Amino acid sequence: MSEENVHPGMNLGYHGGEHEAEVKVFGFWAFLMSDLVTFGIVFAVFGTMVTATAGGPGPEEVTNLHSVAIQTALLLGSSFGFSWASLSMKYHPGQRWRTLGWLAVAATSALCFLIVELIDFHHWTTIGAVPQRSGYLSALWALVGLHGLHVAGGLLWMAAMTGQILVFGLTDDIKSRVTRMGLYWHFLDVVWVGIFSMVFLAGVA
Amino acid sequence: MSLKERLLLDAKNQEEKEERRFYTLGLVLSIVLTVASFGSVMTGLVPHSWAFPVLAILALAQIIVHLRIFLHIDLTRQKREDLQLLLFTVLLLGIMAFGTLWILADLQARMM
Repeated sequence: MSEENVHPGMNLGYHGGEHEAEVKVFGFWAFLMSDLVTFGIVFAVFGTMVTATAGGPGPEEVTNLHSVAIQTALLLGSSFGFSWASLSMKYHPGQRWRTLGWLAVAATSALCFLIVELIDFHHWTTIGAVPQRSGYLSALWALVGLHGLHVAGGLLWMAAMTGQILVFGLTDDIKSRVTRMGLYWHFLDVVWVGIFSMVFLAGVA
Repeated sequence: MSLKERLLLDAKNQEEKEERRFYTLGLVLSIVLTVASFGSVMTGLVPHSWAFPVLAILALAQIIVHLRIFLHIDLTRQKREDLQLLLFTVLLLGIMAFGTLWILADLQARMM
């Protein structure tokens, strides 16, 4: 058994299935990178629209830095909670409640992120910062909304994984799925770093 | 428990400890970089013209921390394929995203 493998949860308890799991992780990276291209293009569109406020609400009006800071902390907390779930899965596969507990922490944190984000969205609509108002606002809603949808999708995925762990336990298949979910989850945090820096902070700097 | 089993368990505990420490380092670095980003804008300590480059550098640093620690991208042989895929995607994005920004900024300048 190879000791080199660094994806958590993948180098313990495997008997010959390692190569297949590695291939699946690589395939998942290919998906993540295509998703990165999507995000990157939406970022580029946002870049071209950043001054196109057409007299409507601009970055100063839509950016609430306290709210953005809270969202950043919640998403980082969720990402970190997921890391702890992965480590529990790798080192204590017999105690599935440890893994499930950290998954619950990650999910709760992400749910709070979405709630704070939705409060921001609601605020935007009340000040007339709706997507159809200007090119800037269309691009803003597209970019932040696309990320929010990814997080919501990730929450559904986490719920599905929780159900699978409850039914099947931490089998090799489930471990491999949770590992890929972890890549997705950390990837969304990377995208959020770009959003809070380039969209919100740079917008009001 | 035989001696061999005990040694294996010790090694496993040690590995777990190291891995937890590594993740914690990632969390601390992320928090420091995030606070620096927000601080540079909220305190007004950074001159206005410097704000964007400072934010871009801090964001890039944090993305590298996330990739290295949370996404396990490194230079070992096993991970090199993931790294190559990532770098190729960044190259494509560089062409498409930077090209978009360049062309449209140029067009806008000509329309003024």
